[in-house]
Amino acid sequence: MSTVVSAAVVLLLLWLAVWTVVARDAFLAVAGFVVYGLLLALVWVRLAGIDVALTEAAIGGGLTGALLLGAVGRLRGTEAATATEGASAGARAGAAVLAVAVTAALMLGVLVLPEPVPTLAPLVVPAMPATGVGNPITGVLLAFRALDTLLEATVLVIALIGVWSFAPDRAWGGRPGPRYQTDPDGVLAWLARVLPPIGVVIGIYVFWAGADHPGGKFQAATILAAMWMLVQMAGLSDAPRTSHRGLRAGIVAGPLVFIAVGVLGLWAAGSFLAYPPGLAKPLIVVIEVALLPTLVLVLALLMNGPPRRGGPA
Amino acid sequence: MSALLDGFSVVAVIAGAFFYLAGTVGLLRFPDAYTRLHALTKADNLGLALVVAGLLPQMDGLLAAGKLVLVWLLVLLSSAVVSQLIARSARRREARP
Amino acid sequence: MTIETLFALTACALVGIGLYGLIAQPHPLRKLVAFNIMGSGVFVLFGALAKRGAAAGLPADPVPQALLITAIVVAFAATAVTVALLVRLIEATDSASLADAPPRE
Repeated sequence: MSTVVSAAVVLLLLWLAVWTVVARDAFLAVAGFVVYGLLLALVWVRLAGIDVALTEAAIGGGLTGALLLGAVGRLRGTEAATATEGASAGARAGAAVLAVAVTAALMLGVLVLPEPVPTLAPLVVPAMPATGVGNPITGVLLAFRALDTLLEATVLVIALIGVWSFAPDRAWGGRPGPRYQTDPDGVLAWLARVLPPIGVVIGIYVFWAGADHPGGKFQAATILAAMWMLVQMAGLSDAPRTSHRGLRAGIVAGPLVFIAVGVLGLWAAGSFLAYPPGLAKPLIVVIEVALLPTLVLVLALLMNGPPRRGGPA
Repeated sequence: MSALLDGFSVVAVIAGAFFYLAGTVGLLRFPDAYTRLHALTKADNLGLALVVAGLLPQMDGLLAAGKLVLVWLLVLLSSAVVSQLIARSARRREARP
Repeated sequence: MTIETLFALTACALVGIGLYGLIAQPHPLRKLVAFNIMGSGVFVLFGALAKRGAAAGLPADPVPQALLITAIVVAFAATAVTVALLVRLIEATDSASLADAPPRE
């Protein structure tokens, strides 16, 4: 039974991937990609990765899909022009041959995977009590591979700087995106008043549950960022000025606290990002609480894009 | 008792899946945005309600069941608002040409 | 065939499909979508390997799974930068063409 479900998911996934790649126009391709992202979340459930499924549905399908849909709106009218630059039939055939060759090589690799299976799970499980958290994924993210998570938070900040640097000179330091004008008594404004209180509670719940259950700061930050985006799109509040000092401080606060805790470990436990015995759980909570606002700000501002208006007078 | 509840779950989830199928057929076959929305919102809301009702007896504990009901209410809220927005934007596009 | 092998082989096909789209589609946004599909293929392959590593009472190896979460977030950040670059290209040149500009007279 379960194999039948997996086979059905696989067939749908492959069909959607092909459809997305060959779709008639960019809008259809992006619509296909959003559905593909949701289906991918099902794949993660079948692969026993509930945490990954939550992240995929929230960020891979949701945020990336919304970002690409916004881009389709901006790119309208440029599609016909590039259609003439399409690869020739020969080049397409070459691409197909290359794609099949890469697929075949990877499949060969999959079929000769080593036995016994290499795994780090037996190392993680006995070490979990020392971290004070119950969800092994959270344990890996914030204790055993905390350096990766620190670098990831840094990459997000650098990506945001990269996006902002695409601002035209006149808009540098200004506000991103359009100023949304909607009917203040309309249904969108209504939703933007009703949903955020619920969304904020759910976001904080997902954040806190991440210590012992599937969930955590990335999924929570996505929910909170989505609530902020909703308020902006309903015209209830404007996007912040990117030159705002408080905003910039909030963006770098998370990684800075993370680095500070790492240096503390260097001094108190003998190595960068090591936690002194007994203090692991409180320090993990400190890092997570500091990272959450940073992630919310960065995810929402990445969605907003570069500043476009209201630069220096 | 539990066999009865399991039977109820199976029937309700299958009925829910049927309504989803009907809604999707409507989405693919109906001619314009309004009728497509009609098919989607009517049939999918009922389908989701049936699936949630069918899964309720399978949850362990009131808290888990409460979360499931919350999911259902939130989906109802968002789908109602989104279908309104889509219909309005379709109407505006019609008025403009 | 085990579920892990099934999904691992699917992942290989996803990488191939994405690679084809990346090369054959002329529009940069289509290339970006195709690249994301290719990336998701790599993620699924990695996730299937994590599932193979189920041991010590855990349903899957948590280390690759945690890295996958990191990877998905970083992929989103990279996509956001690319979209911003693309929108800027169109604003600056009124075209999404990736072809070399004709030499100026």
